Order: sequence, then C-alpha cells, then structure tokens
Amino acid sequence: MPTDILMPALSPTMEQGKLAKWLKKEGDPVKAGDILAEIETDKATMEVEAVDEGVLAKILVADGTDNVAVNTPIAVLAEEGEDPKGVQAGGSKPNGKGEAQKAPAPDMQAEGQAERPAPAAKTGDDKPVEKPASPAVITNRSDDRAMAEIPEGTEMVTQTVREALRDAMAEEMRRDDNVFVMGEEVAEYQGAYKITQGLLQEFGPKRVVDTPITEHGFAGVGVGAAFTGLKPIVEFMTFNFAMQAIDQIINSAAKTLYMSGGQLGCPIVFRGPNGAAARVAAQHSHDYAAWYSNVPGLKVVMPYTASDAKGLLKSAIRDPNPVVFLENEILYGQSFPVPKLDDFTVPIGKAKVHREGKDVTIVSFGIGMTYALKAAHELAEAGIDAEVIDLRTIRPMDSETVVASVKKTGRCVTVEEGFPQSGVGAEIAARLMVDAFDYLDAPVLRITGKDVPMPYAANLEKLALPNVAEVIEAAKAVCYR
Amino acid sequence: MDAAKEARRGSDKTREKAAPPPSASNVPAFSRDEDLHAYREMLLIRRFEEKAGQLYGMGLIGGFCHLYIGQEAVVIGVQMASKDGDQVITGYRDHGHMLACGMEPKGVMAELTGRKGGYSRGKGGSMHMFSREKNFYGGHGIVGAQVSLGTGIGFANKYRGDGAVSLTYMGDGAANQGQVYESFNMAQLWKLPVVYVIENNRYAMGTSVSRASAQTDFSKRGVSFGIPGEQVDGMDVRAVREAATRAIAHARDGEGPYILEMQTYRYRGHSMSDPAKYRTKDEVARMREESDPIEQVRKRLLGPHKVPEDEIKAVDAKVREIVNESADFATSDPEPDPSELWTDILL
Repeated sequence: MPTDILMPALSPTMEQGKLAKWLKKEGDPVKAGDILAEIETDKATMEVEAVDEGVLAKILVADGTDNVAVNTPIAVLAEEGEDPKGVQAGGSKPNGKGEAQKAPAPDMQAEGQAERPAPAAKTGDDKPVEKPASPAVITNRSDDRAMAEIPEGTEMVTQTVREALRDAMAEEMRRDDNVFVMGEEVAEYQGAYKITQGLLQEFGPKRVVDTPITEHGFAGVGVGAAFTGLKPIVEFMTFNFAMQAIDQIINSAAKTLYMSGGQLGCPIVFRGPNGAAARVAAQHSHDYAAWYSNVPGLKVVMPYTASDAKGLLKSAIRDPNPVVFLENEILYGQSFPVPKLDDFTVPIGKAKVHREGKDVTIVSFGIGMTYALKAAHELAEAGIDAEVIDLRTIRPMDSETVVASVKKTGRCVTVEEGFPQSGVGAEIAARLMVDAFDYLDAPVLRITGKDVPMPYAANLEKLALPNVAEVIEAAKAVCYR
Repeated sequence: MDAAKEARRGSDKTREKAAPPPSASNVPAFSRDEDLHAYREMLLIRRFEEKAGQLYGMGLIGGFCHLYIGQEAVVIGVQMASKDGDQVITGYRDHGHMLACGMEPKGVMAELTGRKGGYSRGKGGSMHMFSREKNFYGGHGIVGAQVSLGTGIGFANKYRGDGAVSLTYMGDGAANQGQVYESFNMAQLWKLPVVYVIENNRYAMGTSVSRASAQTDFSKRGVSFGIPGEQVDGMDVRAVREAATRAIAHARDGEGPYILEMQTYRYRGHSMSDPAKYRTKDEVARMREESDPIEQVRKRLLGPHKVPEDEIKAVDAKVREIVNESADFATSDPEPDPSELWTDILL
C-alpha cells in the first residue's frame, strides 16, 4: 500500500517551510535512511530522511515551493512491486513518521498557538502582518498613539522580529567597533534561531564569536570585557541556560558599578529567547522577566513588536549599563511594520499605549501582548473599550504611563506568561495600590502563567499558559460586567 | 590538648606536603635595589594587614576581612614581572594586590572602615575595591567569578591588540570551581593573554588541599586544555618574579594563557573569625620561621647586599608611618553621605 511522505516540522514552533530541493526523483528506489529532500525555514535547513523502503512513486510538492504547511503530503512512496504509476495522493496510509506527526501534537500545538501569536487583527497598526505588504506610510500620527515615536511621513517596511533584531545588531556594530556579539552558534551556524544571520560574513570572527557551551564562563568573559569598555552582546541560546550564568549577570554585571563607587560600569547586553516556546516543557519554558526585574543595577527590556525590538535593542547596546533583553521564540517569525529610518531607537523605560480605550487598562509586555490585544478586540465587540499598554521595559518600570491610564479607566488587568507569585503583575498591582488607590473601582486582577512547572503534554501546556478568554473574563470582572 | 594528641595532629598535618624549601640554588639573584624594592613593598602589605587586623579587633572594620599576611611575595614578585597597562584581578583576599598595584593605602584602609574616602566611597568594603586608574579590576567576593572576568579582560586585550596581559589570581579553593575550567578552555582556544596565578595557601577556608582536590598539583590543572603550568616557591619573591616573567612573556607573545601555582601560606585565619582549628600552631610557626618571604629578603639585604641596618630600619619606619597615616585617615574620615545610598546604581 502506498504511503504519504509528510512535510516534517524542524522545530517545535515551525508551522510551514520551503521545500528547497528534491534529492530523489520519481521512480527512484528508496531505502530507509536515504535523504529524500531538503527543506528550509528562515531558521534552518534540514534533510528529510526516508523511514520506509520502496519506490518514490510521486512527488506532490515541487522543488522551490514556499510555505508548505507541516504535515502536508509532499510525496508518495510505493511498496516494492507496486506500480508506482498507479499511485494517487491522498487516502494513502501515512508512513511511520507520518503517524507520529498525525498524533495530536502538531494539531493541538497549532490550535494552542492560534491564541498566542495570532494577532489581534484590528487593534493597532503595528499588529503582526502575515505577508510582506506594500510599504505603509504614517500619515496622521495624532490618531495613532502606537506610532507617536515615529516621525510623520516615515515609510514603514515589513520585517520579522528576527530581522529587526539582526538589523539592530548590525547597525550598532557598524557604528561602534567596540560592539561585538558572542554566544553559542552565533557565527558559523548563523544563530540557533538565526538572529545573528549574516553578521559573521559582514563583521568577521573577531566580532562575531562562537563560544563553547559554557554559559557561566562566557557570561563572565563578556562582563570582564565590558569592564574594560568593550560593548559585548552576549546571546544565550535561551534564557533558561542563563541560569548557569546568573551569578555573573547579577553579582558581577549588575553590582560592580555600585561596589566600585561608580568607577567600573558594565556596558553589556544579555539577550536571547525567554519564556515558553512550544512543547519544550519545564526546563526550557521559564519566563525570567520578574527575576531580573528584581535586581538594582540591571535594566530589563522585553519587546513585543519588531519595531520595538529593533529600537530597544539599539538603545540597549548603546546603554552604559547591563541590559537583560528578553526575546520570545514565537515572536521571532512574526512580521510588523518597522520604520525605515537611518537610526531608529526606542527609549528604554518608556511604556507605550498600544491601543487607546476608556473602560479598562490591560497592561502587558512581550508575548503577553498577543493575549491582551486579542482580548481587547473581542471586548470591543462586547462593548468594553480596553486600553492596552505595552510596558516594553520591565525595569525601570514606567509606572507613570500605567497610573495615568488607570486614573482614566479605574480598572486594571495585567497579563504575563510568567508565574503569579512576585510576578510583574504583582508589582504593577502594588504600585497602583499606592499611586492610584483612590482611582481604582475594582481590585487589580492578574492573568499569568499557572503556578506549575510547564508541562509537556499539549493539552496541559495550553492550560498552563494564559489565554484570551481569561483576559476577557478578568476585564469583564473588573468592569462588573 | 595533651602532648601525644598534639603530636598526632602535627604528624597528620605534615602528611599534607609542605611547600618546598626555597630552592636558592637555581633562583636568579636580585640586585640590591630589587631586593630593597621587594622588601619595602612586601613590608607595606604586612604592616598594612597587621593594622587592618588590629582595627578589625577594635570594631572599626566590619563584615569579612581576609588578610594576606604570609603571601606577600606572590603579588609583589608578579608585579615586578609585569608592565604598565597589564591588569590585575583577584578574589576576596585582595588588600595586598591593591597595594601592589600602587593604590593608595589611605583609600584602601578607608574602604575597609567604610568611609567616604574609600576607593568605593564606602560601598564596597574589603572584598570589593577597584581602581580603573591602576588597572585593578577587583576585589570579587564570589569565589571563582574573577577567573571568568579576568579571562574577559584578556579577551578585550586581544580584541584591542594593545599587548596588555590580564593577571588573574585565584586561590586553591577557587581552582575547584567549574567556571575556572570553562575559562581555561576559552583562553587556550582563543589564545588569550592571561596568566592565571593560583595562590595555593594550602587551605580553602578550613579545608586543606588534600581534602578538597583530587589533583593537588595545581600547575597541572590546565593539562587537558594544553595550558602550560609550573609550580613556584611562592615564598621566594625571586622565584615568583622569574616564573612570572616567563609566563607573562608567553601570554604577551600570543601563545595563550599560562598557569602559575604559587606555593604559599597564610599565617592568619581564613578571615578574622577563623578559630584555625584545622592546623596546628606548630605548622604556622614553622612556616614563619623557615620560609617567611620578608625575612628571606631582609637576610639578603643585611648579608650579601651589605645594607646597613639603619637603612633597613628607616624603611621599616617609613612603612609604619604610611600605615599609621592610612589608619588615622580611615578612622577620622566621615562615613559616606546618606545620599550615596542612591548613587552609582546605573550610569
């Protein structure tokens, strides 16, 4: 019986990819382990191996096809002795590998993600866009709080967060010879998540430094270099691994300026993906926003849009202080309009009113914004006009913007993927109690990740993360609706 | 303690191999001026530390205070082999390194007493002092952290191509930390100009080397990375300088890092609050009598160099004066202004 060969997923977050090249042609005999094809995403290239023996009966997706969804049949394998010519796509039994892919995981994952990265379509104009669009031009900035930092008439280009981060580093490396990037797989591999793509080619191995797997050691090397005045960008493959290096981040980078009576600053950026990706379980899903925001001597940035990612990373690299720059793997591939300016920076420590509203303030940051914006959109349909604030910087926290908003709405809901106890939402609630007590018409409610280690199973993972319905429910509750 | 018990303790301790006796035969001689210089510098550290111990006892220095007494030849010998522009970084037993780098005794002592005129304006204390001007990068309280940091300073030297060498000190205790080996690996991989000086004073706090280290020859700790190393009599300033000259040249010439195990001894406790029950008084007394780094130089000055005793006494008096001035300053200088609480957190 013929079996379908399905488009495989290269990573937990991959939803589609390009079928770059077939290495077998129709009619070729195939043994298990043979390389059938190469597929590509913006992150990586991988080979598709045959799992079964047979004859490659039919190629269903041609070389060079973009955006092939995971689990799409890409070819049909006939058993030996079967007439390859008579084989039809579809309805055939998927091969062993395909079975695994047909298991609930990818579907649930896609479903689970639909609530996360899926943008709140009509809530702001730096919403994620699916496809590169024709350049947008800002024509009327007064109507548009989210664009207030961008001069009127600025041309916008569509970029992924990934591209924006890379451009930010490249621009700053061109501007200042003291800036260099180091980390695991940042150079020859082009970045584990392809954030440093092309940097080695442009800047060479002196300034784009592959390190051994040695987080504690290379974080210390970066801090030592920064003490002498160099400006390292230390990439952690994920911030989960930075726990091995957290002593250097906190005890050396954050505290030395104070302990030296102002003599020894540490101009360094620690960056990398933070928080949950998809199906990577407890040790690879931790959100460290609250942890680092607890430490005087650090700045902590966690952008949502590509434009903020770029502008804030440029500011972080220029900042004379240690900056912890928390990215998110799921946001890397999302596209947003980014201003086409020679030198676009976003100030650290300024929140942004992403969507104006009058009934309730929803405060979030990073990927939490995806829930907040989608909830705001649905709340609008229910007649509740939510104001959505993107904190962007967790430390120093822009209380002023939050307090001003709450004075207007009288209600506040916070949204984050991190744990509830001593989380960023808890901090916001405490500040509002002091600074906006008389204006609050309801207790501040927090929507957070659940107070459990991140589970692996798709259904449990979905339960552990915040969701849009929880945000909507909380917003309605504080509005007594 | 009865005599038999004392003897058992003693014999137990002697099993831990003592630092080798000064191998005077193959150590290059110092000139009269070099010995005078080494004497003065080492004596300054000795007297400074004795004074710090005294002030601690009077309650004028707080927190932790780790004295360098006994180990003076290490930092002075290495400094005599270094050049302007080379950087020094060490752990928490750092007073000697600061004085050796030319930092002002007044500023160091005032930091110990937590005063305004201290190097960190009273905000760092004994373990956390720095001087960008003197290329002294601390003073680090987390055991082993300075090794990665010092490697990063070496990285920066190579990045800039300025020919400077990072002199990165650690103790025998720190030498068991994981990040030390992460740093060794990177330093050799990238041929960074770093000299790792392991000050083996035989006790990591109260744990002797043989109770904590599977490989007690610290010069071999870089073997799996191909880093050359040697054991040095760290009580003989001449041997220290000679080995450091070789190591620094290796690093400066682009050959990568070098490890020097300095076999030394601290006379005082790990910190001021150390009851020192892990070693005998005899062991300490024997080291002081037979191997004292300062006494060795003093004997050479009075003997072969024929320096008149008066001249040496004048040096002693001058050193005492400097130390007394630093103590006076450190006890009369005001505490930092309360507003200092909120400064130097961010630039």
